[in-house]
Amino acid sequence: MKRNPKVIATVADLTARRDFVNAETKEKIFMCAGGGCIASGAMKVKMALLAELKKHNLDNTVMIVETGCMGPCSGGPILLMGRDNVYYQHVAEADAPEIVARHVVQHEIIERLTWKEGLEKKSIPVQTDISFFKKQTKIVLRNCGVIDPNSIDAYISRDGYQALAKMLTSLTPDRVIEEVRKSGLRGRGGAGFPTHLKWAAARQSPGDVKYVLCNADEGDPGAFMDRSVLEGDPHSVIEGMLIGGFAIGSSQGYVYVRAEYPLAVERLQRAIEMARNEGLLGRNILGSGYAFDLEIRMGSGAFVCGEETALMASIEGRRGEPRPRPPFPAQKGLWKKPTVLNNVETFANVPYIIIHGGDTFAAQGTEKSKGTKIFAMAGSVNISGLVEVPVGTPLNELVYDIAGGLKDGKQFKAAQIGGPSGGCIPAEYLKVPLDYESLNALGAIMGSGGLIVMDEDACMVDVARFFVEFVQEESCGKCVPCREGTRRMLEILTRICNGQGELADIERLTTLGNEIKRTSLCGLGQTAANPVLSTLRHFIDEYKSHIIDKKCVAGKCSKLVTYDIDPEACVGCTACARHCPVACISGVPKGTHAINQKACILCGTCYDVCKFKAVRRNGKAKPPALKANAGHPQKQAPQS
Amino acid sequence: MANTEERCKCGCTPPSDDDCHARLAQVIKEYQGKPGALIPVLQIAQTLFGYLPPDVLRTISEQLNEPYSRVYGVVTFYSFFSQVPRGKYLIRVCLGTACYVRGGKAVLSALEQELEITVGQTTEDRTFTLDVGRCFGACGLAPAMMINDDVHQFVKPEQIKDILAQYR
Repeated sequence: MKRNPKVIATVADLTARRDFVNAETKEKIFMCAGGGCIASGAMKVKMALLAELKKHNLDNTVMIVETGCMGPCSGGPILLMGRDNVYYQHVAEADAPEIVARHVVQHEIIERLTWKEGLEKKSIPVQTDISFFKKQTKIVLRNCGVIDPNSIDAYISRDGYQALAKMLTSLTPDRVIEEVRKSGLRGRGGAGFPTHLKWAAARQSPGDVKYVLCNADEGDPGAFMDRSVLEGDPHSVIEGMLIGGFAIGSSQGYVYVRAEYPLAVERLQRAIEMARNEGLLGRNILGSGYAFDLEIRMGSGAFVCGEETALMASIEGRRGEPRPRPPFPAQKGLWKKPTVLNNVETFANVPYIIIHGGDTFAAQGTEKSKGTKIFAMAGSVNISGLVEVPVGTPLNELVYDIAGGLKDGKQFKAAQIGGPSGGCIPAEYLKVPLDYESLNALGAIMGSGGLIVMDEDACMVDVARFFVEFVQEESCGKCVPCREGTRRMLEILTRICNGQGELADIERLTTLGNEIKRTSLCGLGQTAANPVLSTLRHFIDEYKSHIIDKKCVAGKCSKLVTYDIDPEACVGCTACARHCPVACISGVPKGTHAINQKACILCGTCYDVCKFKAVRRNGKAKPPALKANAGHPQKQAPQS
Repeated sequence: MANTEERCKCGCTPPSDDDCHARLAQVIKEYQGKPGALIPVLQIAQTLFGYLPPDVLRTISEQLNEPYSRVYGVVTFYSFFSQVPRGKYLIRVCLGTACYVRGGKAVLSALEQELEITVGQTTEDRTFTLDVGRCFGACGLAPAMMINDDVHQFVKPEQIKDILAQYR
């Protein structure tokens, strides 16, 4: 009989608990309960499965484990059958009887629900055979999609808190920092600053009170890895912060989470309470005398609070405005005390580094960028979701081998990486290795790892305008270059998108952009011009066609686009009129249809739904779809 | 987090103004003297009242011993704080990058047409408030929108009527 200690007061207790949990023999069905899958209806599937298991009298032998994000969000709801690792996607409530009767009872594979790969849609039932999973290396996401984030025992069963135990029994703070130095870990929030340097500086700063902060204000649109780590494996972040606290000599930490992530806040809060109840947070942790505790602070919808000095101002209860550095947070941070601030993903790497050693971690990645990086793939790819790969993996591997190529056989136009601080990478650089240096050389940045793939329907001028509008709205207004400069840039870009641009605008944007970059106070302003400068660099022809020809080839800039119906091609199928959200298309069945231009909101729905290529954009019919991409044509999930 | 607990999820009769003020007084007492209390207190107050009316701000300012100007400065800085009453349902259309390139703007136009309000406004019957969001981290489900805490995924402009009908 394994021992199950009530609280974890010593290292022996921790190991006993791990062994006790691992002795569990129930058959498991893992169900993704990440934010995406919940939105896709995962909880209804769970209820239906539980009812079916009960019917078959299996409710005592088979359990359903709600896990964090498994990765391919667009395939949700997702199930992973514990016994044989068979992976099912787009599972609906109605599938529950068949799953229990055929898979659980009869051990049969239900082909209809398995993963399909390639143009021939080959069924790949076992998760480890699927390209999307096979080509990833999971360090940060090691537990995400594998364990129940609401169970501390589940984390402990996967060697959770063993790094803490190892540290408290055999390492000094200096050895911890040395291990992090050897690992080559760099900040995963965007800037890529070496983590060990921050820690060493905070350790050396004099003072009794020091703070550890975790930046979970994941504001970059298109990035959702921090959310998934907090929702899927919150204890790994807590453990990472415990280690950081020990290294710098701190006993209090704060996690600053954005308000848009209520589920992450809920799960992290529960995880903190559980760790506290077990004795893994609080005083005299594992009998070592080390004391550390954590608190959550919620953001209130200000993007600039992702900047470190602004974040600290916000925790202090003030407007989230950044301040000049030096003094750096390691000298004078939160409440003027030495402070270390790292991103969620950075902290989640730390337990792995302490358990396996810095050298093992450094075996992954490139010469200057070690370890792995999570990318949030979204946009026009077949499989959108989270992927973790060694730093330096080429972009094309992510887009084609892992994410299954572009939707509807469309052609790759650009990948936007790094959010509003980043840039766009055009098709000719598809082979670029995704590491800090190579991306900087192209005018993009690694950033937090949001990666939006765009096809020919994306207008790059409109994308640049979108980002400038974003930073302009989110600019805190403290420094002039950012507050006024981004506004002027937005005016110029809006003018170009409206067909009123002039050639001199290109020069103006370049000068203004470089000036904002050079003179802004904080990272937000210093990188605000990147989306514009990088599109000017790689897509100058598109700017020129907006300015000279007054045309938006992608059909996104509404002043430069018109939709009409070719009376010759229209067969009167009524599809456009039925789908038009503003009912501005008139016509009788089998008669020619017409668009009322005054009421049209230029959404392009009619253009997309017309099967006869009768709806024209800028006078041109829809081009035939390319079939060149090998990919995994994904069926669309049903509307929740 | 206290402010996630405060939210009433069952749709029962909302507490009276006096109840809210009593609860606020209790919250302020818990936070008094703690550094950095202002923002958490404002967050809880907003969940209690639905928005931040002037008398609530004044109470907070006096009780936490923060100048009213500072309280006002904080409230106007963060976009989650609202000084005007909002609708029963807050619709937030995601205009993050992924949603934007997959048609979030068209979803927003369709909503504006259907509700006859623009971003930031509330319908006359106080049912819906329309707002935009900057990424909910549901990029794999783009375009997405949130109505209160429900995420709607792969939204198409022509589905707007049906989606709104579920809340009317």
